[in-house]
Amino acid sequence: MESATQTPVAPSRRGPERALVFEARRLEKVYEMGEVKVTALRGVDFRLFEGEFVVLLGASGSGKSTLLNILGGLDTATRGHVRYHAIDLTEADERALTEYRRHHVGFVFQFYNLIPSLTARENVAAVTEISEHPMAPEEALRLVGLGDRLDHFPTQLSGGEQQRVAIARAIAKRPAVLLCDEPTGALDMATGILVLAALAKVNQELGTATVVITHNSDIARMADRVVHLRDGQIAGEELNAEKTPPEELRW
Amino acid sequence: MRALNHKLVRDLWTLRGQAFAIALVIAAGIATFIMSLSTLESLRYTRETFYAEYRFAEVFANVTRAPESLADEIARLAGVDDVQTRISGQTRIDLPDFADPVMGLLLSIPDEGQPALNQLYVRAGRLPRSADEVLVSDAFAEAHALAPGDMLDAVVNGRKESFRIAGIGLAPDYIYQLGGGATFPDEERFALLWTPRTALATALDMEGAWNEVSLTLAAGAREQDVIERLDLLLDRYGGLGAYGREDQMSNRFLNEEFRQLEQIAGMVPIIFLAVAAFLLNVVITRLVGTEREQIATLKAFGYSNREVGYLYAKLVVAIVLFGIAGGIGLGIYLGKLLSDLYMGFYRFPYLHYVLSPATVFTAAGITAAAAAIGTVRAVRRGVTLPPAQAMRPETPPTFRASLLERLGIQRFMSQPTRMILRDLERRPAKALFSVAGIAAACAVIIFGTFFVDAIRRAVDIEFRFARSDDMTVLFSRPVSRSALYEAQSIDGVAYAEPFRSAAVTLRRGNVSYRTQIEGYRPGARLRRLVDADFRVVPIPPEGLLLNDYVAGLLGVEPGDVVTVEVMQGSQAVREFPVAGVIEQYLGSSGYMALDQLNRLVDEGEALNGLLMAIDPGKSAAVNARLEDMPWVAGVQDTEAALRNFNESVGEQILIFVVFASVFASAIAFGVIYNSARIALAERSRELASLRVLGYTRGEISYILLGQLALLTLVAIPLGFLLGRGLAFLMIDNTQTELFRIPLYIETETYATAGAIVLAASTLSALFVRRKLDHLDLIGVLKTRE
Repeated sequence: MESATQTPVAPSRRGPERALVFEARRLEKVYEMGEVKVTALRGVDFRLFEGEFVVLLGASGSGKSTLLNILGGLDTATRGHVRYHAIDLTEADERALTEYRRHHVGFVFQFYNLIPSLTARENVAAVTEISEHPMAPEEALRLVGLGDRLDHFPTQLSGGEQQRVAIARAIAKRPAVLLCDEPTGALDMATGILVLAALAKVNQELGTATVVITHNSDIARMADRVVHLRDGQIAGEELNAEKTPPEELRW
Repeated sequence: MRALNHKLVRDLWTLRGQAFAIALVIAAGIATFIMSLSTLESLRYTRETFYAEYRFAEVFANVTRAPESLADEIARLAGVDDVQTRISGQTRIDLPDFADPVMGLLLSIPDEGQPALNQLYVRAGRLPRSADEVLVSDAFAEAHALAPGDMLDAVVNGRKESFRIAGIGLAPDYIYQLGGGATFPDEERFALLWTPRTALATALDMEGAWNEVSLTLAAGAREQDVIERLDLLLDRYGGLGAYGREDQMSNRFLNEEFRQLEQIAGMVPIIFLAVAAFLLNVVITRLVGTEREQIATLKAFGYSNREVGYLYAKLVVAIVLFGIAGGIGLGIYLGKLLSDLYMGFYRFPYLHYVLSPATVFTAAGITAAAAAIGTVRAVRRGVTLPPAQAMRPETPPTFRASLLERLGIQRFMSQPTRMILRDLERRPAKALFSVAGIAAACAVIIFGTFFVDAIRRAVDIEFRFARSDDMTVLFSRPVSRSALYEAQSIDGVAYAEPFRSAAVTLRRGNVSYRTQIEGYRPGARLRRLVDADFRVVPIPPEGLLLNDYVAGLLGVEPGDVVTVEVMQGSQAVREFPVAGVIEQYLGSSGYMALDQLNRLVDEGEALNGLLMAIDPGKSAAVNARLEDMPWVAGVQDTEAALRNFNESVGEQILIFVVFASVFASAIAFGVIYNSARIALAERSRELASLRVLGYTRGEISYILLGQLALLTLVAIPLGFLLGRGLAFLMIDNTQTELFRIPLYIETETYATAGAIVLAASTLSALFVRRKLDHLDLIGVLKTRE
């Protein structure tokens, strides 16, 4: 087991060997939807360290997806700053954000977002073809336990399998960080656990810093650190002294 | 991007129905364009080749009678290269089993071999060698199934002569074969007969003389200078004024016809292509719009906007290329077909089919640009949203009660009806584009077919309203009033009216126009000239009547003064006030009172012909009597002229209309089918959800197809207006001195266009309905929304 399990509660107490991946300061996000303004984030400070597995826990509408999207360069903040290593994402232009997403971030979405006209292998290849040091699509798919489903189309796969293809697709480029938005939200428990196990395996074997957002507090037990969001603000944060392996989770 | 190429191929396969419809629209636009322009290019090129190979002369002149020796003097004129003189004379041909009178023009050729200029193309047989041999124009030979070896009886200079047909052929100076006084070529009733010179000279009392000369210009010579020198020389011999190719009748009418064809064949395809391009743009924009989530996903994984754009550009290019290739192939095939058909109208010995690369590139370029703009617009719209937002379903828009509901009639509306109305009201741009697309398709059908109505209208006015004579008699030379009395005495002639015509040049400021003035008695009953409101304009005792085309050309209005230069007889130059402007679709003569014209030309009281009303059932008898009269060159039957017009000009344009309407229908179907399919793609989740909630297939079909029906019904009347607008644009550009097309569209044409659009909608609806019956209900439950 890596040192992650022994990390202290507060980030300030981390050892100097744990480099900072993300640092978000006073993030605000306001959506304008026609005549209505919706404030999704109200001054969020957030940090993510290398190799860390963080669960963002919150009810629907708490702002967790918004935070994740801003971290991943899918959306921009209205106010505040996000740094990814040396890059200030809030200052980055479209081209820089594209570069950032292409080489540093992997995404897993609640509804998989696979390209329906491509097979599992091709869906992964669509990403590996544009990255710098990717693993082979087959290797990525074996890592998530789908070595025997390479040439199946999304419609020929179960929801859990589709989500695992999505994970393979996200990690195949060897990203520094993996961002997962309700990855088990559309799955039953048994399938969800398989997906979570795949995420944990990637986190451990590749050391990919991982952020999972969920409204399911049971899943939080597998994280190094749990961040609670409520009403667009951080409502609390805790470290798990001992991580529960996904296989033992129940909900 | 190899993996994405797989996506491309598979998407293309999934979209094959729509892709086919889009390709159909493109192919129709391009095929029309290429078909029309290549036909024009081919006709032009063929004519130029024929002119060059058969030595079409450059300057022409007619005289009453000039001595042989004058030819040498002409050849010595500065600027003259080759000279060819000949003898021409009118004749009347008797065909044993053809009742109508047939006019013939006898033309001399050297006793041995080809003339130096205006050489003959011999299609069958050989050139005539002896006095009783002729070469017959091929159109006439074809119309009467004449072959070399057949005999032909003709009245030459009052004597009946028998000719043996030595050969059948044509010449560059008579590609357009117009008999004296006729408005349109009539291959059944007009023949050209080429015969050896010595024999013809004897028959026409023209020994040692000639009455026609043609010449070519030396390198660098100015045509106008040569014409002036020639006129000076020919003046003593009754010269009617030399003229260049521009005024040579066959060439001039060909120019006019080509110009008209160019307007029709040039404008129709451009409008077709423009409409196709517009529709392509709309369809592509919406098609790529439905890919919004996939675009967002690709972006989330680090694909740049350019890469995503490139991917969709490839998809579009694949579809467009398919259409372009099909369109080019079809266009070439139909272009050859159409050129061949036109060959039947224009007497060329051969046809060179040409298609310039510029035409192909223009067509492909316009299409590709339209597709590219559509793609860029759509992809830009897809990629400007932050991916996080684009991946979410579109924010539920702020719906509200539609206008109709606010009017307080909502209790009569079911929920589905409200859905239709609210959707339309909330997305007016989308609805507008659909309506515009369908309206454009409808307009194109009207635009492609209205010619038939317009021509029928022109014919009705010209042949049934403006002319009430049954027969027009043309004299071989100007004769005195006694001819009128003689004709009136024929049994069966109910009424006869004389006319004369004189070749003139009309001048106003710097603009001049060569035409003829026809003189009628004031109060003439058989010729009715009408104004723009179809009120009869009587022949004024003083002054000149011009039709709107000539008036427009000279820039004159009633009351303005026009200079008339008589090109014969007196050679007088006088000024006349324009007494009125008349509406006329055929021809471009000026009109004045007979007495006034006689005074102007100063050749005494000379008549060129008669208009006659014939008692029912007597026309054959009258014809027979007229044939015995030496001064009768020919007789024109009004009904026959009408038939002839319908067969020549009418058919020419009809051929085009048939192609145009087929393509227009294809465009209509392509557009409507795509609108329906895209609407289905955009709303299938919503509709599947309704199915899950217990709506029947019929009910959800109503929501989607009801909307399509509503849009179609709104679009059709708009399409009518647009079609009329396009028709106006077009006819404004197709007026020629020979024939002008009125803006006239029958109710049936509107009805047909509407019916085609409705049929295309119904067919599209049926296809979409089949898709609706197989909506994936489980899928919509499993994924979001």
